[in-house]
Amino acid sequence: MTKTDIVELAPFSTGHDERRTLLRRRRRMQAMLDRLVAPALAVIPLAAWQVLVPAFGISAFVLPTPLAILERVATDFPMLLDHMRFTAAEVLGGFALAILVGVLLALAIFYSRLVEHAVYPILIALQTVPKVTLAPLIVIYLGYGWGPKIFLSFLVSFFSIVVSTVVALKALDRGYVNLIRSMGGTEAQIFFKVRLPAALPALFGSLKVALTLSIIGAIIGEYVASERGLGYLQLKANSTFDTTLNFASVVMTSLLGVSLYFIINTLERMFTTPRPSNK
Amino acid sequence: MNADRTMLRADITAAPPRNIGVPLHIANIQKIYETAEGAEVEAVRGFSVSIAAGEFVAIVGPSGCGKSTVLSMVAGLEPPTSGQIRIDNAVLKGPDPRAGMVFQSDLLLPWRTILDNVLLTVEVKKLRRADYAERAEQLLHKVGLGGFASKFPHELSGGMRQRAAICRAIIQEPGLLLMDEPFGALDALTREQMIMDLQALWLNLGNTVLFITHDIEEAVFLADRVLVMSPRPGRVELELKIDLPRPRRRTGINLERTFNEAVSLIRSTFEAQGVFAVP
Repeated sequence: MTKTDIVELAPFSTGHDERRTLLRRRRRMQAMLDRLVAPALAVIPLAAWQVLVPAFGISAFVLPTPLAILERVATDFPMLLDHMRFTAAEVLGGFALAILVGVLLALAIFYSRLVEHAVYPILIALQTVPKVTLAPLIVIYLGYGWGPKIFLSFLVSFFSIVVSTVVALKALDRGYVNLIRSMGGTEAQIFFKVRLPAALPALFGSLKVALTLSIIGAIIGEYVASERGLGYLQLKANSTFDTTLNFASVVMTSLLGVSLYFIINTLERMFTTPRPSNK
Repeated sequence: MNADRTMLRADITAAPPRNIGVPLHIANIQKIYETAEGAEVEAVRGFSVSIAAGEFVAIVGPSGCGKSTVLSMVAGLEPPTSGQIRIDNAVLKGPDPRAGMVFQSDLLLPWRTILDNVLLTVEVKKLRRADYAERAEQLLHKVGLGGFASKFPHELSGGMRQRAAICRAIIQEPGLLLMDEPFGALDALTREQMIMDLQALWLNLGNTVLFITHDIEEAVFLADRVLVMSPRPGRVELELKIDLPRPRRRTGINLERTFNEAVSLIRSTFEAQGVFAVP
């Protein structure tokens, strides 16, 4: 048996401290660099585009430079905004309809076995139809006004809301239901205290997907039959070989998407608390 | 932390003891389930027990013996196929407002703060939050969660979360406390602490407790009376009165003859049932 020695640990020397501050500084530098990566990745291709197009002598009819497009957006801004207003209204109409119908349908599927067995399979079958191909038909029935754009925007986007909401509602741990019931709670209370808040993150996730789709729907509607809107503007630009205007419309459509996405993101942050996994 | 815990016990015992318990009678209940294939499974058969107001009764049994089903019926979450349950002599028809329940998992809502989780009971029962907010804070303080009222569940350890869940169950001072393996998911040391704290809490409140567990020593330490259940279909195989003075101390209890005799009697009952294979 050897006697155990008590080893006295030397206190950290100042050399360690210096090294630690050095490490910390390096880490901070790294974090700053990381933050610059995304903007750099966006800017580098644009810069290359700006430089290479004239270098190769490509005509503006074929491919205008980013700065030329931006300039066009600036000069024609009132006109572009006017068209964007129509497209935005169509998107909002279709998207709102998709949320309303999507969530209500999801609730019906969740609460009624009959609806689940009768409607859900049909819905999934319909989903396999490429709905964009219905656009020319929709024009026959809904005409050239708001109707076909809003309808198409709704049609392409509501499905993802239905499916995500149903899946989220079904994923709830039964324990939570029993918890509220053990307190004497009604189904309405179970819904508002547990089911809805638990499903909100998935619902918002599906709204982000649906938003993108509903913009596509509205633009397709405009391609088929329209006299205004950003999709119409693109067709008009094409017919006059005004490629710069065409790109300017694309910029405006993206702007529309980004701003609506931002609104949803803000709402999401307002209505859901950040919740890392409970495990 | 340690000082905190001593404080906590002093706190609880300093308050004047109360007697809010209500008697519980379970008369010959039976539960038959139908499986998805249409087969009938008898989970509980002829289970009877009368529990006096303020009595602490533990039910031990092997997995799948139907002990949780008994509790779930007493909680009013599912009706017995036959037989009767009376709380304070009123026949049980659904969840009783005088009962509070603690589940195996804490079932804290991840989007609510600890305080809001405790007050969930108050909200579901449509009582005024303001009347209970202060009590909830006191209760959290009592169980050592004083500084955690505004934290979210994921910021707490498993033991702390289960403490919060117990607070949620007793915020409204239920005359009957139903506990379904409440410490089953906790590590051994945390569990010992929780057992001590539960005893202190119960000695102070004086409510009737029906406590489900598969831990023999936990049952014998905590309960005035231990019911040993048979394998499915579950009924009471053995009933043991544990005559040990209160408050019981975990340290040294295994030197008590009464304690050891009870534990080994329950073990041999399980052996006789074939729950333990004897090599």
